[in-house]
Amino acid sequence: MAKRKTIRTIPRERAEVGEQDPQVRVQNFYEVTLRFTPEQAELEASRCIECPRPACTPGCPVGVDIKGFIAKIAANDLRGAYDVITQTNLLPAVCGRVCPQENQCEGACVVGNQLAPVAIGRLERFVGDTAIAQGWSNVPYIEPNGFKVGIVGSGPAGMACAADMAKAGCDVTVFEAFHLPGGVLRYGIPDFRLPNSVVDAEIRNLEKLGVKFVCNTLVGRLFTIEQMIEEMGFHAVFVGTGAGYPSFMGIPGDSLNGVLSANELLTRCNMMQAKDEGFDTPLPIGAKVAVIGAGNTAMDAMRVCKRLGAEEVHCIYRRSRNEAPARIEEVHHAEQEGIAFHWLTAPVAILDDGKGGVRGMRCIKMELGEPDASGRRKPVTVKGSEYEFACDLVVVAIGTNANPIIGQTSKIALDKRGYIATDADLATSLAGVYAGGDIVTGAATVIKAMGAGRTAARSMKKYLGLRDTETVYADPTPPEAALFGFDPAEHNFVRVKAV
Amino acid sequence: MSSLLDSRGFEIVARQDFSDVTYLLEVRHPLMAKAARAGQFVIVMLDDHGERIPLTIADFDRERGTITLVIQAVGKTTREMQDVCRVGTFLHALAGPMGEPSHIGGQHRVVCVGGGLGVAPIFPQARAYKEAGAHVTAVVGFRTKDLVFWEDKFRACCDEVIVCTDDGSVGIKGNVTEGLRQAIAAHPDVDEVVAIGPPIMMKACAETTRPHKIKTVVSLNPIMVDGTGMCGGCRVKIGDGIKFACVDGPDFDAHQVDFDDLMVRLKRFAATEKAALAKYEESCRMGREPAA
Repeated sequence: MAKRKTIRTIPRERAEVGEQDPQVRVQNFYEVTLRFTPEQAELEASRCIECPRPACTPGCPVGVDIKGFIAKIAANDLRGAYDVITQTNLLPAVCGRVCPQENQCEGACVVGNQLAPVAIGRLERFVGDTAIAQGWSNVPYIEPNGFKVGIVGSGPAGMACAADMAKAGCDVTVFEAFHLPGGVLRYGIPDFRLPNSVVDAEIRNLEKLGVKFVCNTLVGRLFTIEQMIEEMGFHAVFVGTGAGYPSFMGIPGDSLNGVLSANELLTRCNMMQAKDEGFDTPLPIGAKVAVIGAGNTAMDAMRVCKRLGAEEVHCIYRRSRNEAPARIEEVHHAEQEGIAFHWLTAPVAILDDGKGGVRGMRCIKMELGEPDASGRRKPVTVKGSEYEFACDLVVVAIGTNANPIIGQTSKIALDKRGYIATDADLATSLAGVYAGGDIVTGAATVIKAMGAGRTAARSMKKYLGLRDTETVYADPTPPEAALFGFDPAEHNFVRVKAV
Repeated sequence: MSSLLDSRGFEIVARQDFSDVTYLLEVRHPLMAKAARAGQFVIVMLDDHGERIPLTIADFDRERGTITLVIQAVGKTTREMQDVCRVGTFLHALAGPMGEPSHIGGQHRVVCVGGGLGVAPIFPQARAYKEAGAHVTAVVGFRTKDLVFWEDKFRACCDEVIVCTDDGSVGIKGNVTEGLRQAIAAHPDVDEVVAIGPPIMMKACAETTRPHKIKTVVSLNPIMVDGTGMCGGCRVKIGDGIKFACVDGPDFDAHQVDFDDLMVRLKRFAATEKAALAKYEESCRMGREPAA
C-alpha cells in the first residue's frame, strides 16, 4: 500500500482549470469554466489526503462518497468514479456545476485548513461530463414492483426522487407544467453555467431508468393531487413544484414596464431561447440595467444582461459582499465580467420615464447594525444618503414566495407562509403524498432540493413497504441496530450494473 | 393519459373562420375538457420556436374530449397560427386549464358582456350562470353584421341576447356599454355583471356599473410567459395591491382594477411585436414557407 498522503506531500496548489477570458465570454453564452483535462483531474485528485473519517461527505446534502470517487479518479478509473457518485447522486454533471461547494463538501475539506481545498465540484463535473460523453449510465436490474409513483415538477427535487423510486422498481411518471422538463435547471440557470445539453443528458439517463416525463401538465388544475391518489392509481405522490411566485419590492414604480423579475428574464432567455435567432419570445434589453439582490439568481440575471448587450450592469444589494448569498465563484465571475457592485445600497423608488418605462432609481445607502434572526448583521438606512441613479431596466432578484396552485386546488396542509407543511420524513397531511424542495423550505439550492427529493423517496419506500434486497458496492460493515431489519440510513436499494 | 404522451402535440380537430382575422380552433385534449371550468385559460405554443401565449378557453366539450379557442390574429404568433393551424395539424404545447375558475352560483340575475375577442370566452360563463340557475342576459358586440358569430349558441343558453354593432347593421348601434345600460335599465335587480373584452371595453363596463353599485367581474389578459405564477410578468394592480393574473385571477373585481396600468403593461413589447409581425408578413409575401 502506498505511503499515506499528508498535507505536506500533496501538491500545494489546485490544478489549474481553463476559463473563458472575461472580455470574450461576455459576448457569448458558452460555459465560463472549462472542464478539467484528464491530467488536471488526476493531479487534483492526488490532492485528496483520503482522511479516515472524511468531513466532506457529511457536508454533502446527498452524502456522495467523495473520498471514494476521488480515489477512483486518482487510479485513472473514471468509470469506477462514476459508479461511486451515482450510488447517491444521479446528476453529477449538474451538481458539479451548480452546488455551493464552498459551504458544503469543499468547505469541510481538511486540506482547506491550510491550502486551497480539493476542487471536489470540478472533479465531480469532470466525471459527470465524461459519463455523458462516453454514454455511460447506470441502470438497475430490478423487477418492477407494481407500485405507481407520481412526481409533480421535474426540477432537481423531482428528478432526484424519481431516480430513487425508479431504481426501487416503481413505475414513475414525472409531470411538468412547462413544455420541457428540468425545472429551474432549464428555465433558471443560464447556459454559461449549466448548458441545457447537460440537463437533456441527465433527463435521458432518468428515462433509461424507466422514468416517464409528461410535459404540458399543470397538476392541480388539469387534475388534482387527490385525483392522482384516488382516481389515477398512483400509490404515492411527491410534490416538488419549486417556490415560484417572485417577490417584488412594494416600492413606487414596481409595476413599470422596465421592471421584471429575474425569473421572467431568465425564463425568456434560457427556456424560451429569446436570445437566439429564429425564436419568437421577446426579451427586454436595457442599456443600463440595475439588478436588485445578490443571490445566485441575481448573478445569473446580471451576467445574462451583460451577454445580451447591456452597456452597464449594476448590482444593488442592501448588505455587504460578505453577506451576499451567491456562491463566491459567481460573485467573482460577475466582478471579472465588469458588473458594478453597489454594496450597502437599497432601492427606495423606481422612476417613471413618462411612457410607462424606467428612467432610473432612487437609492439609499445602508450600514450594518446588530445581527438579525438570520444571524447576519441587519442593514439600516443612513439618513440623508438618498441619491438618484439612471437606468432603463430593473431586474428584481430578491427571492420568491410560495406558489399558491397546489394549495388552491388541494386540501393539503400549508404552513403559515403558504409553503407545504411536512414532517421530518417530508410526509404531508395527505396520506401517501410527500413534498420537498423549495415548495417546502422556500428558495434554496439545487442540491438541497435533490437531497429533499431523496429523503422523500426514502420515506415513500417505507410507506409503500419497499425494502432493499441488495446493497450496492457491498459495504463491509453490515448495518447495525436496524429496526425490523430496515436501516433508515441505507441510501440505495438496488445493485447497479453498467450498460 | 395517452393524449398527453402524443409526441406530435395536440391535434386540431376543427377550425372555423369567423372573419378575416378571427378564427376558431377545436383541439383534442380529453383530460382538459374534463377539468376545464368557465373563466379558465390555456397557454399555447405553436411550434418549438414559438412563444407561449395565453388564450381564454372559449368552450369545452367533455363528450368529444375537446377544448375550443377563438383567436384574433393580431400579432406574429396569432397570424402564423391563422396560416398554419388546419384540421389534422398539431399545436406544439397546450397547458391548462389555468387560473382560478369563475365563482359561479348564488347569483339571481346576471348580465354577461362580451366585446370583440371577448365574445367567445363570455360564452362558457353565460352557460355556467344559466346552469347555476341565474337569469342570464348576454350582451355581445361586433363591428358589423358580417362579423357576428355564435348568436345561436348564446340564444340557446341565455334568457335574452342583445347584439350591438358599431355600424348598427344588426341589433343596437353602438358599444356594448349601450347594451349593458339597456339591460340594467330593463332589470334593475341585476346582481352581477361579467365583462370580457379589450381593456378599454372592460373599463367602460366598470364605469357603467359603478354608479349602480352592481358587482362586476372582468377577466384580465396581461402578457404572460409560464402561466403558473413563476414569472410575475402578468402582475396587475388591484386596489392597493399587486396580483398575478395567472394564479390569483384571471377574474378580478372590475371596480378595483387599474385598467390604465394594464393598458400600459400590454404595450410592453409593442415595438418588438410590430417588427416581428412585419418580418413575418414580409417572409410570407416573398413566398417562403412560414418559419418552421
